Amino acid sequence: MPTMLEVRELAHRYGTGPGAHVAVEDLTFTVHQDELACIVGPSGCGKSTLLRCIAGLIRPTEGEISLHGDVVRGVPDDLAVVFQDYSRSLFPWLSVRGNVEFALRTRVRGRTERRRRAQEALSWVGLEASASKYPWQLSGGMQQRVSIARALACQPALLLMDEPFASVDAQTRADLEDLLLRVRREHGSTVLLVTHDIDESVYLGDRVLVLSKSPASIVADLPVDLPAQRDQITTRSSPEFVKLRTEIARLLHDRAPAVGEPEPSSAAEKFLAAERAEKEQQSTRSGQ
Amino acid sequence: MSRVMGLAQRWIVFAVAVVVWQLLTASAQNVYFPTPWQIAHHAWNLWFVTEDGGFGLTAAVTDDILPSLARVVGGWALAAAMGVVLGTALGRSRTGMQYVGPLFAFFRSLPSPALLPVFIVLIGLNDDMKIALIVFGCIWPILMNTVDGVRSVDTVKTDTARAFRASRVQWVAMVVMPAALPKIFAGLRLSLAIAVILMVVSEMVGDTVGIGANLVEAQSQFDFLTMWAWIMLLGIIGYVLNLAMLAVERRALRWQPTRSAVANARRTAKAGG
Repeated sequence: MPTMLEVRELAHRYGTGPGAHVAVEDLTFTVHQDELACIVGPSGCGKSTLLRCIAGLIRPTEGEISLHGDVVRGVPDDLAVVFQDYSRSLFPWLSVRGNVEFALRTRVRGRTERRRRAQEALSWVGLEASASKYPWQLSGGMQQRVSIARALACQPALLLMDEPFASVDAQTRADLEDLLLRVRREHGSTVLLVTHDIDESVYLGDRVLVLSKSPASIVADLPVDLPAQRDQITTRSSPEFVKLRTEIARLLHDRAPAVGEPEPSSAAEKFLAAERAEKEQQSTRSGQ
Repeated sequence: MSRVMGLAQRWIVFAVAVVVWQLLTASAQNVYFPTPWQIAHHAWNLWFVTEDGGFGLTAAVTDDILPSLARVVGGWALAAAMGVVLGTALGRSRTGMQYVGPLFAFFRSLPSPALLPVFIVLIGLNDDMKIALIVFGCIWPILMNTVDGVRSVDTVKTDTARAFRASRVQWVAMVVMPAALPKIFAGLRLSLAIAVILMVVSEMVGDTVGIGANLVEAQSQFDFLTMWAWIMLLGIIGYVLNLAMLAVERRALRWQPTRSAVANARRTAKAGG
């Protein structure tokens, strides 16, 4: 599969000098075409910074990002973002359809064509009947579906999703996850989804990239060997799912290096260090 | 039924006040305080009974009221256009307000009526001077509210607009302006009241036409009925202008959840009654 997104030695610092906060450090990974890659990491680890760098909203301090071979400088043309906070990301003064058309304004010439594309994208998420409503007249889950439709309407080469289902209730969340899997299957999009929810990353992903605590770097890149057709009940109880989620949970747990130990530099070393820590912990536990 | 109730609720205190006013003035028989009925009757004759005794607009309407209204609306509209454009530019600029902020704060604190002599010296006793004074008084609330409003764009919306590669025009027209509109409207409504005040004040000096001039003239000639008629008219003008402004505002901001909730509640209440 050809590479869609390539992130090389990405680092980002906020501020300069000794007071600088390093949000992301030495991040290298790729996302292939038609793949749904999930990035999972603890809260506040720099996931959003990474995503904002890829979206071209901020310039990384170091490293390079390329989207289908073109180095990202500024916001790329064929990329779309679904933000976590749908209530702030949707424009309350525009109707549902207006919100979707907003994204098409610079991409699609002609009013009727924009309208057609917007209506089509809304039908993918089952909201064609609510096109003329205002966002606040819809439930939270429906609002996030509008955000998804807005992003899909652009037919982006890469769809970025920043904790897209973190602000809805559990049932809506499950529905939205299945909706994402369905539209993705039907339209073959490449998706990079950031989440702090381990189960969600395994359930949705073809691949899960595990991030360390701040400054974020990749500690593991795990393929998800689950059938493409997933189901909230059977998939989540399958042994493969349980095995993966346990593995990721282990990776995320207790990642801070012990005092006096030298800071591991590369991702692989961090991974090994984590495993060592894990074993040590197990031995202390068995010693009790 | 509920509509009648609503109307009654809105006007009951007003109606009682007018009745009390009528009773008090009628019993006092004071020459300075005619009864509202007398004032209304006099005003009718002043504005709607032509010289031949028929119904029509008198010279007082065409030569005094309409030009005065034109000055109010014209001056206010000019201030609105300038205030919104300038406020948007300054509000979106990173350093603009840092330079002009103190200057604006100073100008804004000057009571506009106090500047009337200055404007007379600078421009002369004419329409331009009156409109200039109205513009000067009206522009500050609009300008300051616009600056405030265009700065209130939420960061997630800024990111969203950037992520979807909104053009500059699209950014200003579809994100910044709508976000600022509630604050801009607050400024517009405030300055509309200021426009009426400054219209009267500017006409009170050295002129013979206009509502302000007529008011002063009636007072100096002890024509208290006429004086009260003009005062009542000013109240009505202020009330109607505000009402019109509210209607425009409601229409422009109908996307706001709270506004629509109120409107919906009214609609259901109406349907229920």
